[in-house]
Formats: sequence, structure tokens, C-alpha cells
Amino acid sequence: MKHRITRMTALAMTGVVGMGFSACGGGDSGNGEAVTEDNIKIGLICLHDDNSTYDANFIKAMDEAKENLGLKDNQVIVKTNVPENSECKEAAVDLADQGCNIIFANSFGHESYLLEAAEKFPNVQFCHATGTMAHTEKKANFHDAFASIYEGRYLSGIAAGLKLNEMIDAGKITPDQAQMGYVGAYTYAEVISGYTSFYLGAKSVCPSVTMQVQFTGSWYDETAEKEAATTLIKKGCVLISQHADSMGAPTACENAGVPDVSYNGSTKDACPNTFIVSSRIDWAPYYEYAVKCVLDGKDIGYDWTGDLSTGSVLLTEVNEQAAAPGTQETLDKAIEDLKSGKVHVFDTACFTVGGSQLSSYLADVDTDPSYKGDTEVIQDGYFHESEYRSAPYFDLRIDGITLLNDMY
Amino acid sequence: MAAEPKQKGQIKEPLFHITKRDSIAWQKAWLIRIGAILFALVFSGIVSFLLTKENPLSIYATMLDGAFGTERRVWNLMQSLAMLLCVSVAVTPAFKMRFWNIGAEGQVLAGGLATAACMILFGNKLPSPLLLLVMLIVSIAAGAVWAVIPAFFRAHWQTNETLFTLMMNYIAIQLVSFFVYKWSVPKGSGQVGIINRATHAGWLPTLGKYEYLLNILIVLLVTVTMFVYLKYSKHGYEITVVGESENTARYIGIPVKKVIIRTMLISGAVCGIAGFLLVSGTDHTISRDTAGGRSFTAIMVSWLAKFNPIFMVLTSFLLAFLDKGASQVSTQLGLNKSFSDIITGIIIFFIIGCEFFIQYKVQFREKEAKAS
Repeated sequence: MKHRITRMTALAMTGVVGMGFSACGGGDSGNGEAVTEDNIKIGLICLHDDNSTYDANFIKAMDEAKENLGLKDNQVIVKTNVPENSECKEAAVDLADQGCNIIFANSFGHESYLLEAAEKFPNVQFCHATGTMAHTEKKANFHDAFASIYEGRYLSGIAAGLKLNEMIDAGKITPDQAQMGYVGAYTYAEVISGYTSFYLGAKSVCPSVTMQVQFTGSWYDETAEKEAATTLIKKGCVLISQHADSMGAPTACENAGVPDVSYNGSTKDACPNTFIVSSRIDWAPYYEYAVKCVLDGKDIGYDWTGDLSTGSVLLTEVNEQAAAPGTQETLDKAIEDLKSGKVHVFDTACFTVGGSQLSSYLADVDTDPSYKGDTEVIQDGYFHESEYRSAPYFDLRIDGITLLNDMY
Repeated sequence: MAAEPKQKGQIKEPLFHITKRDSIAWQKAWLIRIGAILFALVFSGIVSFLLTKENPLSIYATMLDGAFGTERRVWNLMQSLAMLLCVSVAVTPAFKMRFWNIGAEGQVLAGGLATAACMILFGNKLPSPLLLLVMLIVSIAAGAVWAVIPAFFRAHWQTNETLFTLMMNYIAIQLVSFFVYKWSVPKGSGQVGIINRATHAGWLPTLGKYEYLLNILIVLLVTVTMFVYLKYSKHGYEITVVGESENTARYIGIPVKKVIIRTMLISGAVCGIAGFLLVSGTDHTISRDTAGGRSFTAIMVSWLAKFNPIFMVLTSFLLAFLDKGASQVSTQLGLNKSFSDIITGIIIFFIIGCEFFIQYKVQFREKEAKAS
């Protein structure tokens, strides 16, 4: 039987060679050759495919970057549904085998496997979105990137707060009932930073707001996300937002007629009556930056943080159907305030922890298994998010937000 | 036609009727199987042409490329094959005994969790060979315990093993979730990350430059052992008899309860080995997806191979090949997973469907319908 398999293998391999089928084209492993716009190859590894709003956002941005850089279709290879285990490493080295000069991966759990691949291919650049390890691992060809999405969340929170004010003014709810619900994936800094900034945005225009958070323990679990949103609505939340990647929460909101502030992109088509606005990261500026670095032979750096000014943090169009009147104008002004530094999202005057204002906090920037804080991040009256590394490290549990479950 | 009153003495013979075959020459059986695969290829070619307007031949070429395109892809395929085969071999003794163990997912996870726990707790405390030995023993024990619990209840109180093993899956998944939360870095991220990345403590060693070779060899050994055990040992015979009829087994003096528990113990132990190989020899981490649904695919692998571990090499090869090939098609054509699922579904449908024609004979009405 073993014999048969080896023969089949051999047969199939000759078949492949015979058909002249090769994804590689001319470039070979391309070590000696100079990388130019005509021969550069880009790989992208995605946890799910375009059914997930998160992955769709990465794939769309790659198309955009490809266009902006003037690359051909066959210069970009996208691998979807790559899980966060050794298959990620295999996908990465396979892309390198196919001649990719720069490889991006999009899910937090891909990082350590991408790092393994980076060790095997020192001439290929590996860029990881949302990761935390590059600045401590210090490998010349391994890089992390993120965007100051907490600013986007803060802005979308303002839109949520305005909607709450509208409900209060219309007498639909009392100021005390201004309670929002938030569906989160996991309980780590990336999600905490996100929901806290969203809450602070809402609070900046609607001071009486409170929020409940329900976690799902998965980045993509449509049923769990839908259920979490429904639970929050039943508990009296009058507005929902989410940080998980399926259409679960927006769909639940549309079904219940509860306004939703979305994430990763507009969900207006599926939820025309309840979608208010969505913040999203546009990864195209980072892709273009990193690819240009490869073309120019420059160092990409351990960390890269995009923001409002690089065009990495975006808000989608406001849906007039669901949003409070005047939302767009208020947002435009807030964007200016953030850009100019007049307003800081994590201004210590705007939140308390355990009833008191903070003047100092050691954040776990250099991630370690004992979660020990190592870097002072509160200076000049605000928490400096995404400055000491690109991935968020704001993990404080501030007053006004209740976690319904936190074992994820 | 059917409404027509039947005339006396004239029996309407249906267009065809189906009879169970007593036996079938193996050549003929294989001819049917190969025919089914060819049919499946043609049919899925038509479907993919209609959906994508791509040349079906280039789709097949892409599948071959995805599975065999580079030396690394071949190794990868062999590794996937080995992992699927290991779980398939594991579920086999129970299924042969007609014990519907759909809890292999949980048994693999229990083994994997035990392995990961040893790597984290003793990683830098024990010398490498001893650590690996401890890991192997603990993971086998964990898998076995996870399987023996439902077997014990079934043997003594006739509980439904399908539901019981299924529930054990959920418990294992939740248990893994809990520990993943506990061990996650950074806190709450739901990611354990690669365990002992710097020291490689508790990692299955690499033979030469071949990362997965040891996994593959271990699975090969397990497979051959299981083949011999089922075919030539007294235990194997007892399993077959209990599977055919518990009453017969009891009548000829086989201790049925003991056989059920012992067989599930073996099933679970091999699942534990699979968990060990997945954590120590492959992913070096633990997550809810460590078993990755393999144990459900494994049921199909085992049935298709008629519970013969050697044939399972072939059936798991087929499924591993389809998986790699289909994902390459997705990448190459920029399609999402649904498309590769459709192709895989069609091919598996034909392969399972053809077993019907091997088990049963279809006889058409003979021509001489003269209606005297």
C-alpha cells in the first residue's frame, strides 16, 4: 500500500511538472536578484475569508494597495482560512517558496508561527498586523503593525452618544437608562482599549452613559455574537457595538430594531435601519509603506502605527436613517480635535478606576507570561496608547463599564 | 399505469430492483471505486466550470499543485495524512465493536491538553527524554480516561454512548478554553502561543531536516500495530464478535463489559497519542481547534476503509489530498472556502455513494417484456 502511494506521488509530481504548472513564474527564490516593481511578490495570510468583516477589510485593502502600487494580479497571493497553528507557519514558508518578498498575516494568533517562518527565510520580510512581539524579538525581518483604532472607536462612540441623547430628548429613555451593550471577543488589551475608547467617546457627549460588555471567546462565531447582542438588548441596552468579526451582532440589532455602531466596515446594506456608523482600519497605507521599504531596501522597523493622518483610521459614511441629526458635523470637529492633539482619548480627567483618577500606570508593553507592567504610560495627563508599541496595551477596567463575563 | 387494474396472471416487473450482494470480487469493487472517482472528477469539473468559467483541467492541475507542487507541500500532505490517519486508527476498534464513539475530538483534546500542561509545568525542570516520556504517558492516560468514562457507563448501565461521547467533547472543549484563558499571553488574548519557543523543551525532536518525519513514523507504527491487533489477536476477534452480536458474544463466553471498556480504553489511548503528536510534534500550542474536526473526518476515513487500518492510509490520503488541493484552488482563483467545500463535497459524495453499488446489485428488468 505504501508502495502505491509513493508511486501515485511520483506520478502526480511528474504530471504537475509535465503540465508546466508553476505558481512561481520566473523569480525563483530570488535571493540574488534586485527586487523591483515588476518582480516583487506579496503574500497575505488571512484567518478567515471574505465572509468575515475583519478579513474582508484586509483583502480589500490589499486590492487597493495593489492598484496604487501598480502591481499585477499575479504579484499578490492571498491565502485564506489559515488557522492559528503550525498551518500558519506552513502557509508562510509556502508563500516564501513561491517567491514572495514580503508576507503579511492578519490574526493575533498567527504571530509566533510567522516568527518561526521569519527565522527560516531571513531575506523575506514578515509583517504581522496586531502583534506584540517584534520589538522584543528584534529580528531584522519581522515587523508588527497596527493603527490607532482607539481614535476611530472614540469617534464612533461620539456618534453613539449623540444617538443616546436623541433618545433621551425624545423621552424614549431617561438619562439613567442610557446603557450601551458591547460584544467583545476576548478580554485582552486590544479589545479593552477598543471598548473603553468607544465608551469614552459616548461619554464625552452623553455624561450619564453606562455600558455592559459580553465576551464570546472567539473572533468569529456568528451564533455566539448574535446571542451576546440579544442578551445585551434583553438586559436593557439601547445601543450595541461590537469587536468581533461576524455579522452576528449587527444582524441581531437589525432584527430587534436597536441601533448598532459597527466595526471593520459598513454593514448598512444588511442593516439599513439600525446601522449608524463604523470605524475601520484601512491597511492599504501600511501595505504601501512596507512594500515601498522593500523596493527601496529600507528597514520597515519593528512597529508601525497608522493614525488619522496616515489615513489608516477611518470612519464609514454616517447612515442618516439611523444616526442622530448633526452627527457628521460633530464628528468632523472631533476628528480635527484629535488630529491637533487638543483632545486625547484616554485623558485621565475623563475616567476613573475604582473611583479615583490615575496619575501613573505601568503597562505590560513587553509582553511576558507573568503579565508584569514594565512601562510608565501616563504622562501629561493622558494614557499614551500605541506609542511604545503599535498594538494596544490599555487594559484598565474603568468605572461605568460592567463586564458580564470575563473568563475569556 | 399503476392505477390500471391488475390482470390476473400478469405480474408487473419494476424497471430495476436492488439485491444485496453476497460477495464481490475485489477487482470489481475497486473498479467501481475508481469509476466513482472519475465520475466525481467529471461532475465537479462541470460544476466548477459553470461556477467559475475556468478550465476544469486547470482546476485539477491546481489541486495537484497544491498537494505536490513543492517538496515541502508533499511533506505537509504526508503530515496531514498522518494526523488524520492516527485519529482514524484510534476510532476504529470502537466502531468495529459497533460502539458509536463520536467523542474522539474530546479524547484528542484531552491528550493534547495533558501534553501542553506538561510542557508548561515541567518544561524547564525535567531533562528532555524524561519530559517527553512523561508527556506521552500522561497524554495517553488522559485520552484513555476520556474514553473509558462513557464506556464504563455504557457497559454497566446501557447509557447511550453517542450522546455521552458527544457531551464529553463539549466538556473537553470547555476545559481547554479554561486553560487557554489561564495560560494566555498576553492576558486574556485567548492565545497560548508557541510553548517553550526558546528552549524547545517538550518538542518532539526533528529527524534530520525533516520536521514531521517522526510524527509520520510514529503514526505508521501505530497503524501497523492496530492492524495486527485487530486481525490476529484474540482481543481483535472478541471485538468483531461483540460488534456482530453482544448476545452471541455472551453466549460463547466473551466478557462483553470487559471488552467494551478495554476497547474504548485503547481507542482513547490512541487518541491521546494523536493529541500528543498534534501538540508536541506539530503545533506546539493548545487551543480549542487543536483537534480541528479531524475526529469527525476520521469516522468517514475509518468506515470507507472498512475498518482496515492499512486501507485507511489510502482513504486518509484521499481526504488530505482533497483538503490541500481545494485550498490551493481557493488561493489560486481567489475564491472563498465555500467553493472548495463544494468540490470536496461532490467528490466525497460520489465515493461514499459508490459503496452502495459495492454492497448492492442493481438488476434491470430483462428485455423479453413480451407480455405473453
